[in-house]
Amino acid sequence: MADLSINFAGIRSPNPFWLASAPPSNSGMQVHRAFEAGWGGAVWKTIGAPVLNVSNRYGAWHYGGQKMVAINNVELISDRPLEVNLREIAQVKRAWPDRAVVVSAMVESKPETWHDIIRRIQDTGADGIELNYGCPHGMSERGMGSAVGQVPEYCEQITRWVMEVAKIPVIVKLTPNISDIVMPARAALAAGANAVSLINTLNSIIGVDLDTLEITPNIGGKGGHGGYAGPAVKPIALNMLAALGKDSVVGGSKLPISGMGGISTWRDAAEFLLLGASSLQVCTAVMHYGFRIVEDLCDGLSNWMDERGFTKVSDVVGRSLHRVSDFNHLDLSFRAVARIDQQKCIRCNLCYVGCNDTAHQCIDLIDKDGRVVQPQSYNIQANGKEEAVNSRPSVHVREEDCVGCRLCYNVCPVEDCIHMIEEPSGRPPVTWGQLSESQREVTEDWEKMQEYRQKMGIHIH
Amino acid sequence: MADIERRTERADALGELLPPLTRNEAAVEAARCLMCYDAPCTHACPTHIDIPKFIKKIATENLRGSARTILESNLLGATCARVCPVQELCEGACVLGTEHKPIAIGRLQRHAMDFVYAKGTDLFQPGEATGKKVAIIGAGPAGLSCAGELAKRGHSVTLFEKRDLAGGLSTYGIIGLREPIEVARAEVAMIEKLGVKLETGKELETDFTLADLQANFGAVFLSVGLGATPGLGIPGEEYIIDGLEYIEQSKLDAPNLVIGRNVVVIGAGNTAIDCATIAKRLGASQVTMVYRRTEKEMTAYAHEYDFIKREGVSFCFLTQPVRVHAENGMVNSLECLRMSLGPADASGRPSPQPVAGSEFFLPADQVVKAIGQQKPSLASRLKLKTEKGFIQVNANFETSLPGIYAGGDCIRARGAASTVRAVQDGKLAAHSIHERLVAHG
Repeated sequence: MADLSINFAGIRSPNPFWLASAPPSNSGMQVHRAFEAGWGGAVWKTIGAPVLNVSNRYGAWHYGGQKMVAINNVELISDRPLEVNLREIAQVKRAWPDRAVVVSAMVESKPETWHDIIRRIQDTGADGIELNYGCPHGMSERGMGSAVGQVPEYCEQITRWVMEVAKIPVIVKLTPNISDIVMPARAALAAGANAVSLINTLNSIIGVDLDTLEITPNIGGKGGHGGYAGPAVKPIALNMLAALGKDSVVGGSKLPISGMGGISTWRDAAEFLLLGASSLQVCTAVMHYGFRIVEDLCDGLSNWMDERGFTKVSDVVGRSLHRVSDFNHLDLSFRAVARIDQQKCIRCNLCYVGCNDTAHQCIDLIDKDGRVVQPQSYNIQANGKEEAVNSRPSVHVREEDCVGCRLCYNVCPVEDCIHMIEEPSGRPPVTWGQLSESQREVTEDWEKMQEYRQKMGIHIH
Repeated sequence: MADIERRTERADALGELLPPLTRNEAAVEAARCLMCYDAPCTHACPTHIDIPKFIKKIATENLRGSARTILESNLLGATCARVCPVQELCEGACVLGTEHKPIAIGRLQRHAMDFVYAKGTDLFQPGEATGKKVAIIGAGPAGLSCAGELAKRGHSVTLFEKRDLAGGLSTYGIIGLREPIEVARAEVAMIEKLGVKLETGKELETDFTLADLQANFGAVFLSVGLGATPGLGIPGEEYIIDGLEYIEQSKLDAPNLVIGRNVVVIGAGNTAIDCATIAKRLGASQVTMVYRRTEKEMTAYAHEYDFIKREGVSFCFLTQPVRVHAENGMVNSLECLRMSLGPADASGRPSPQPVAGSEFFLPADQVVKAIGQQKPSLASRLKLKTEKGFIQVNANFETSLPGIYAGGDCIRARGAASTVRAVQDGKLAAHSIHERLVAHG
């Protein structure tokens, strides 16, 4: 059985799954129960400046019958008194010496205020500190949270203040509400942070109520942007995670990264590990289903690692990072075409309409006699299930016209029905980067491009 | 007091079987629909309702648009949502049916229909008046559909119905378990609101002649359905109750419907199953269905057969009734003969042959027959050409007499009769009638 334990920038935990700093880690009682359920660690809900919260603070996006594809919130940092939080942190850490107890903090941007909170956290016996530079609502208007994270210079300055007194590992939590995630990460690194974590929530408005015309959720007649999280943000988080790993400065320094943003299952977790995260934080999925989900997070990850022959988490971390590239380095000669497994096809024709209306018009409807037919070409008097099922045409890809765009593959509701078959293109591998260097004129002039295509046998219908 | 209790009890026993979907149930089910392109469910539906379209409108909570989508193809969408053999039609063709559960199309349709009927939304208006007049004989599904479609096109429609109530079998012949009478009544009201003049208690040949109609209307549509249940031609026949009347009383006068303790139903079609359901649900301790062939040949839909078995009804296959025995006017048994299957007959099914000396007695205090309906006798009296006894029509639903159209069960020479096919006939006939009226200026 795979060893799931981790040592993240000196913070040890029996598995890589930590509660993210959020409502699930708001109190000692909750963190106790989470640890009983098997969580490897918890990042305590941010403590610091005094706050007051509002009702209807969580909004959610439900899509296609799936509840909470994403959640948004305008909840602030902990609204429990600082003393209470610090006392409970100390109690939890004493009771759970093997778990990671990390405390998130956010205070006014003054060196003495930061020095004070860091010292008080260290007095609890906590294993680490996370600096909340990400909260996009409420605190940011007061010059904290994402107001810091969005300005690399502030990020660096405050981190320096923290590092002046920090004796335990410090993680800088980054906001995704920024054009280039690399900059604040470099700032944190420059200031001597021991690790970074990402992503915090994204700015968002969940929606508008069509009955009342109020913002959803409605807070006394008003509403506004809140932090967006949950399954819907996972691809954004993965991209930002990879961007740090690929950056020569951040990635080159081997700065540990705690990954989060839509992790709901062990599969999501494995993907975050493969792209370079070495600890994982979870919030929305816990808010949806409770602490118990950690069981399958660990069990699934462990089984997958066993099957793949990975014995420890560090075997997995960053393993797919070298495959992340940009368009300039993709092989333009790589060719794949869609092939439909007629045995598995249920003839929903979603591939047909997608290809025909919006892609490259290379799927045909073929009747029993092998003729191409048009949709809706049956007799108006024909009816009944036998007639409808037996006369239904089948869908076939004209592979010579298929550009391999993969739309049909994506819309097909049947598992393993449409395959993207790699076909030799007969052309030597070449990237746009290489082409720009070796034959610049082809990349700048349509006529030259046409000549190049002719020469290479590239036909786009 | 006892009367009121009995009425409530019986109404409950024959109340609509399937509960309405809640808003959330409908949303979840609608989201499951793949939204097939050129969908097989739409092809399989005799009225070709754009099913993915109305289901996605439920998913987006555009119930008004959903209902309109349904009614544009099928004005009796509320009845069809309940009585259609969906397993043989839309749901039977659902692409999810092969490995998963097909989408509950019928129940989703009912969800959209209930929404507009509960709100009293008028989705259609009468068309601009053309001054053309059409007479329709018979206010069953085919007649109502034809009337509504013509009214939408602005024609002046008079709908003659010999019974007291319009709706045909939806009103009189489908058990409340599947379609409460209020649903059929609401559809009739909707058709009337389109400007159709409904004349109940008026029968062709009794109150007026075909010549009268030809003189006063630009076209005539015959949607007269089928005739009475035929006789069995056996001694004691006078004691046998007609199944259609049994169903009718269960809908219109349930408290006074006499239910035997030991009921035998002759026949194994869908109507026979309805009769057995009524008997069982209204208190019979033993209900037996008697059929001269086997379960393989029975005409009831497979899902109906499954249903009635779960209701606790027994079957006597390969059994032919030969005499009803009664004492002092009270039935006490049905004498039967065992049968065996011989070579195929005209219907293509193996013909039942009596087994000599196999007489036996089935105890019974009530015998109900549901053995199909007679062909429309009107056809020969009006000198219309027929096909296998049904009124013959061409592709435009016109009979052998110019300007006289027909549709519904009375023309169903091929395939099984059903409400939804009758609705489609009415719709297509309305189209042909409209073309004719417009062409004749």
